[in-house]
Amino acid sequence: MEVLGFLADGILMALEPLNLMLILIGVSVGLFIGAMPGLGSVNGVAILLPVTFLVPPGSAIIFLAAIYYGAMYGGAISSVTLGIPGASTAVATTFDGRPLALQGRASLALVTAAIASFIGGSVANVLFTLFAPVLATLALSFGPPEIFALMLLAFATFVGLGGDDIAKTVFSICFGLVLASVGYDQISGAPRLVLLDISGFLHGIGFLVLAIGVYGIGEMLWTIEQTRGEVTTTTPRMTVSGMLADTKEALARGWKGTTIGSFLGFFVGVLPAAGATPGSLMSYGVAKMVSRAPETYGRGNPDGVAAPEAANNSASTGAMLPMLTLGIPGSPTTAILLGGMVIWGLVPGPRLFTTETEFVWGLIGSFYVSNLAALIINLAFIPLFVWMLRMPFTILAPMIFVLSITGGYAATRDMHDIWLIVIFGLGAFFLRKFDYPLAPAVLAIVLGPIAEPTLRQSLLLSSGDPSIFFTRPIAGPITVIALILIFLPALKYLRRRKPAAAE
Amino acid sequence: MRKGELTTAGLLALFSLYLMWKSMELPVGYIRGEGPGGGAWPFWLSLIMLLSCGMIALNWWRGKSPASRSDEPLLDGYGWRTLFLVGGGIIGFVALVNVVSMYGAVAVFLLYYLRFLGRHGWPLTLAISLLTPLGMFFFFEGAMQITMPQGMAFTAPVFDVLYEIIY
Repeated sequence: MEVLGFLADGILMALEPLNLMLILIGVSVGLFIGAMPGLGSVNGVAILLPVTFLVPPGSAIIFLAAIYYGAMYGGAISSVTLGIPGASTAVATTFDGRPLALQGRASLALVTAAIASFIGGSVANVLFTLFAPVLATLALSFGPPEIFALMLLAFATFVGLGGDDIAKTVFSICFGLVLASVGYDQISGAPRLVLLDISGFLHGIGFLVLAIGVYGIGEMLWTIEQTRGEVTTTTPRMTVSGMLADTKEALARGWKGTTIGSFLGFFVGVLPAAGATPGSLMSYGVAKMVSRAPETYGRGNPDGVAAPEAANNSASTGAMLPMLTLGIPGSPTTAILLGGMVIWGLVPGPRLFTTETEFVWGLIGSFYVSNLAALIINLAFIPLFVWMLRMPFTILAPMIFVLSITGGYAATRDMHDIWLIVIFGLGAFFLRKFDYPLAPAVLAIVLGPIAEPTLRQSLLLSSGDPSIFFTRPIAGPITVIALILIFLPALKYLRRRKPAAAE
Repeated sequence: MRKGELTTAGLLALFSLYLMWKSMELPVGYIRGEGPGGGAWPFWLSLIMLLSCGMIALNWWRGKSPASRSDEPLLDGYGWRTLFLVGGGIIGFVALVNVVSMYGAVAVFLLYYLRFLGRHGWPLTLAISLLTPLGMFFFFEGAMQITMPQGMAFTAPVFDVLYEIIY
């Protein structure tokens, strides 16, 4: 009951005129920054951090959290309307969001994303309010073997995402992981895989470089070539009754994905090294796995939009938990928020809940208010985003190319990376022609920098004995499930062959 | 398509071998007290890539993939023309960035695409080609404080005027 009292005080604090205004501005700014390919919550929070020194710390963190929320909602917009995931957390949203947009159902995809994000955020807020200290302790029990087992589980779901050709999927995963290892060896600090001895590779290859190349250039070239330049989408519904019908359909066809994403996303988000990207990917994989019609995934299934969107919002709230309770940031954005808190004179950690009660509960209260504000503002802007799709394709296509190149530069500030985007784009076009799945490569480049050090640290802990992944109580079951998922396609193949051989 | 799939698998196998060789610049085995060497992770992954290419070639030989059963050309005349005009346009766009600035290159690319590939009228083409880079300038340089490449010295007077507006 004490918690409910604190929460009520927190919500009332978030509803104070100054804080409410900051929430509305923050969510709107975050929504548009998140919708730009190449820019995400980390840019918004970093750029607007100095602005927060003009207001009290409680209002400042509320403002930054509102930007964070808005950007999480915004990530789905570029995934659906442009087919380019603006941030790694929205990669999985592209799989079904883009096909829905091409079928003239962009409004349904965006409404599903908004509602799933809202429900995911709400579930996470309740879990956060009720179980913050317990979950923080549980998250601490995740060491390198557990985190690597979790990464292995994420890779196992890739195999399911990749389509029928397992060899091409495995190639794609390994390709993404190798690209992630270009630059410097994280442990020894020695230069590694500096391809053709070009110094630009020393700073590595970022996720956005590959994602923008694959989706912004390669996929667009493929679409233009396949459709002979005449991309047709049916006129999207723009009326209030149309939006209401979409809302009804989103709830009816996306509830399963929303439920899976809301809970799974939160628990993955709480883990210090994981975050929203593995959370959204695993939710997509699990939703597909438990679906009665897995073949509809990747072709415009609303559940395929709902699962990753619910998960990335839920995980974003989850990622705040280790930041507040342990002082460990779960993502680059929470790292900046943590930096802000330190500058404002607050000490994140277990004692924050007792020493700065008003600040903490004001922030938690603002999660609830920001989540609701983000839903309303997002739904209000959907007609504008859908309108973009009514532009003739001969205008939309060059705009996407321009956004890809400028967004890519904004994120990396290096022309070497822009040339890489073009090379990846042309390469992706040809690989797409031969049915190589490229999404696993994009996701592997995100998870590679987490997977490699945790594997190496685990093997160092066990003096090179790989049984460490099977003998620890949390890592063991996760590893076994991951291995079952990896070898499931091979087992299915063998089972299919047996009756054929008998005949 | 049939030949193309095998050629692609062959090229990717060569790339995997190159990555294996490059990974070996750092230790690829287990070092006592230090754990796996710095080259181990990319080396073993590249080896799996190489084995995957072998599997892809085997599937090709057994006619398992759609491309391995297809006699169609990889790209027809329209496809090659699209790739040349659109892909070439993008390469030209990026090549121009260090000459006429990012915003100048955006304007030239939009003009080329809208007028010559999209066949839109001059008023629409000019409006979009000029307003888009202008809007981008105020968004990136003003709102986001991100400086884009400004090309060669001759673009400076234009930027001076624009910066005057922001600051």
